[in-house]
Amino acid sequence: MMSVLNQHLGVIKIALRRMFTSPLAGVLNVLVIGIALSLPAGMYVLLKNTQNLVAQLSGSPQISLFLMMETTRDDVEQLRNQLARHEGIRGIEFISRAAALEQLGENSGLDDVIAGLEDNPLPDAFVISPAAIDARSLEELRNELQQLPGVELAQLDSAWAYKLEAILEFARVAVLVLASLLSLGLIAITFNTIRLQILTQRDEIQISRLIGATDAFIRRPFMYFGALQGLFGGIAAWLIIAMGLQLLKQPLATLSQLYSSTFTLQALSLSDSLSLLLFSVYLGWLGAWLSVARHLSQTEPR
Amino acid sequence: MIAFNQVSKRYPDGYEALKQVSFELAKGEMAFLSGHSGAGKSTLLKLIAAIERPTSGSVLVNNQNVSVLKKGALPYLRRNIGLIFQDHKLLFDRNVFDNVLLPLQICGFDHRESGKRVRAALDKVGLLNREKSNPIALSGGEQQRLCIARAIVNRPSILLADEPTGNLDAEYAQEIMAIFNSFHQVGVTLLISTHDAEMLRNSHVRVIALKHGEIQLPASNPQSPDTTGTGQT
Repeated sequence: MMSVLNQHLGVIKIALRRMFTSPLAGVLNVLVIGIALSLPAGMYVLLKNTQNLVAQLSGSPQISLFLMMETTRDDVEQLRNQLARHEGIRGIEFISRAAALEQLGENSGLDDVIAGLEDNPLPDAFVISPAAIDARSLEELRNELQQLPGVELAQLDSAWAYKLEAILEFARVAVLVLASLLSLGLIAITFNTIRLQILTQRDEIQISRLIGATDAFIRRPFMYFGALQGLFGGIAAWLIIAMGLQLLKQPLATLSQLYSSTFTLQALSLSDSLSLLLFSVYLGWLGAWLSVARHLSQTEPR
Repeated sequence: MIAFNQVSKRYPDGYEALKQVSFELAKGEMAFLSGHSGAGKSTLLKLIAAIERPTSGSVLVNNQNVSVLKKGALPYLRRNIGLIFQDHKLLFDRNVFDNVLLPLQICGFDHRESGKRVRAALDKVGLLNREKSNPIALSGGEQQRLCIARAIVNRPSILLADEPTGNLDAEYAQEIMAIFNSFHQVGVTLLISTHDAEMLRNSHVRVIALKHGEIQLPASNPQSPDTTGTGQT
């Protein structure tokens, strides 16, 4: 057991030494992998942040129910009872036209203008908190409420958020496509790096086979090389993303202050970081495996 | 230990390297494989180590038919066979010690044990004082001895040598033969290919003579001058 462990440690040392025999090439490879990975991963981070922001802003969606101007107190009471019994509705709040006008005055600073109005142009309104908050049931509820007698307009307050979410879903797929393409690129990079290494190690491979090396033994240093290169590439990608977020932090803080919001960028979470590294290691490993397998099958004795 | 039964080998280009070759080599026996260049000596040795597969017939090594061995079993067959090449096949990116260490690394020996074994093997071929040198700094004879050290460090029961003295002058060749004789004495089965008539005449070892891919006669009489061909003097 000890000896197997030692053997693997020895192979890792060899792989590391090979990586740093030509430091420039090694570093460039790692950098290429890092940049290629940081693009989709960075976009993923921004996407996730935007999603958070949308969730924060849209919070709990509401439907505003504006009543017709000629609605009477009785009508309002009847409607209130009807709404209270509705299963799809979690809470209702009535805002009378007088209260609405007062609120408008406070919020907009248009007190003087409002005071000059002959009569109140605002209708009575209910603000409704729906029970289900997915886009489809919200839309259904809105349509249903629109049909109620005495209702002038039922308006979904967070409709924009759902549209944005749809756009984000589109972006998510785009990131996925980009990630797949760049992953293939990474496999190709590792494949080629290992191929060049195999060419310089041709004699050693041939002799090792002649004196009883298994394919696994021959493969091992190359696989470790691919995996380590992937690991370093993953770390580079992580650093690039971390630096990018750091650079964005200040301008974003200024921006969110202007919107009197306290939104801050979330960096890659621990599990996301681990996934990034593992994925990168896996891609390097796979590229190396493919490359060695190709060489071994090509040099198979007849 | 080694048995050929009606073995033929035809290469994809149609060249027939071996035709209906049959012979046996007992455990612990030592034999020369003689013949002009192109007679099929190298092919025959390669068939034993399953570096190539016969077109027909069977090759038994240790009662195992190596011509039908699965790919995954080949490494374990080869670990029991020490191969000595005419062109040495040394690795010049590492020193003498590490060249001999390679077979032990492949078998997964632990560090301390393999160090001892490497030095023992180098001692046997008289290269112990050169362990830190690069093989490129060694003479032709020393390189051949290094190749032998690498072949025996595993303590294989079979040694196959392809023209081990081919490029060496007589004095070096004598040294190499002395080393082979010492392995023979400890019970290793040896098959040594050569076209060196001098060497064949001076030893009392069985000779298997090949001519155009066919065995001439499995002569056990070392005096028979059937060494055919390129007659070196």
